[in-house]
Amino acid sequence: MIEFHLDSRSGVAPYMQLIQQVRHALRLGVLNEGDRLPTVKEVVGRIAINPNTVSKAYRELEYEGLVQARPGLGTFVTRTLAGGVQERHEPLKRDLDRWLAAAREAGLDDESIEALFLSAFRSFSEARA
Amino acid sequence: MTGALIAEGLTKRYGRRTALADCTLAVPAGHVVGLVGPNGAGKSTLLQLACGLLDPTAGRIEVLGAKPVSGSPTIGFVAQDTPVYGGMTVADHLRLGAHLNPSWDHAFAERRIAQTGLDPAQKAGRLSGGQRAQLALTVAAAKRPGLLLLDEPVAALDPLARRGFLQGLMEFTAENGTSVIMSSHLVADLERVCDYLIVLVGSKVRVAGEVDDLLSSHHRLAGPRRDPVDPGSGVHVVEESHTDRQSTLVVRSTAPIDDPSWQVDRLGLEDIVLAYMSGSGAGRDRVLEGRR
Repeated sequence: MIEFHLDSRSGVAPYMQLIQQVRHALRLGVLNEGDRLPTVKEVVGRIAINPNTVSKAYRELEYEGLVQARPGLGTFVTRTLAGGVQERHEPLKRDLDRWLAAAREAGLDDESIEALFLSAFRSFSEARA
Repeated sequence: MTGALIAEGLTKRYGRRTALADCTLAVPAGHVVGLVGPNGAGKSTLLQLACGLLDPTAGRIEVLGAKPVSGSPTIGFVAQDTPVYGGMTVADHLRLGAHLNPSWDHAFAERRIAQTGLDPAQKAGRLSGGQRAQLALTVAAAKRPGLLLLDEPVAALDPLARRGFLQGLMEFTAENGTSVIMSSHLVADLERVCDYLIVLVGSKVRVAGEVDDLLSSHHRLAGPRRDPVDPGSGVHVVEESHTDRQSTLVVRSTAPIDDPSWQVDRLGLEDIVLAYMSGSGAGRDRVLEGRR
């Protein structure tokens, strides 16, 4: 069973924070196939959050095919994201390390690197959206 | 779906003082609605009109499809500072509630009192602020109302008691799907527990909508000073401020901001609320007049 938390300063919508926490737990192997997510009532009673927010997050996760709601029983994990993560991440991380070294050599400081990455990432995702 | 609350031109005057002037709004059912605004915006008056404690001077109000009457079994009300009868015990409150309300759910009331750790024999006047709030919520919720109205229920509570109160409120809504309208200045709390937000300033709705939509459609733009400000079509400027070199805007836009000379940042609900509270009224008109 996982426990949710909310960061009220992030500007990320609460339902999205719950989704991200489930995905994160799936990637880390904290949640595995067959595990039950806490019920809506358990979540709202624990972190004082709107029940519709929890339902919306669970619906979205179900739509993504990560969980399945079984009436009367609860919401269960149907797929894991942990498999093969290490293998796929390694080469990407090596490329990123090379890029970071090149950026540092070009005289960029940490903040400029972060700003450059974020703006490139943003236009990349918007172009694909 | 009928609305939880519909008001048209709603006005309440006390002699020459106007507490609410020509207020028009529609609150959908099935939500936990946060009502925010500066002091004197008319929030408490609106809630008291909604539960039938006050009669309007002019205009129309409808709650769950009917004109509200005081003591209605379909409307639960927790007034500001969660008043209780100091000389009566906790158990007396439940007995009184059962006596006054035909729809009273006694099993629910007793379960909630046990859950919150209240002693039924305790005099209500000796309860802590948090315990008093829990008792007031229990009495209002055990009526099994279709709409629960709460006026600043947690304002006077410490953070722990506040969290406990909101946990209880959310458990109740999760179980019953009751519509809730709650006024509060504590936007961080509202961001957690509400899925719909209304900003009321001077009896007028500045913005209303689902919290997720509000969060995803509002942005802060910062960039080189420009005059006049034209952030593009479909972009509504909520608040603007300028220095000699820089312009900073809070905007509402469902489309992404393409102009690369703006630095675009996400906004939390508190910043959005503040932008509507300060960007409204005299401040902005003055700026516009100064430029002409």
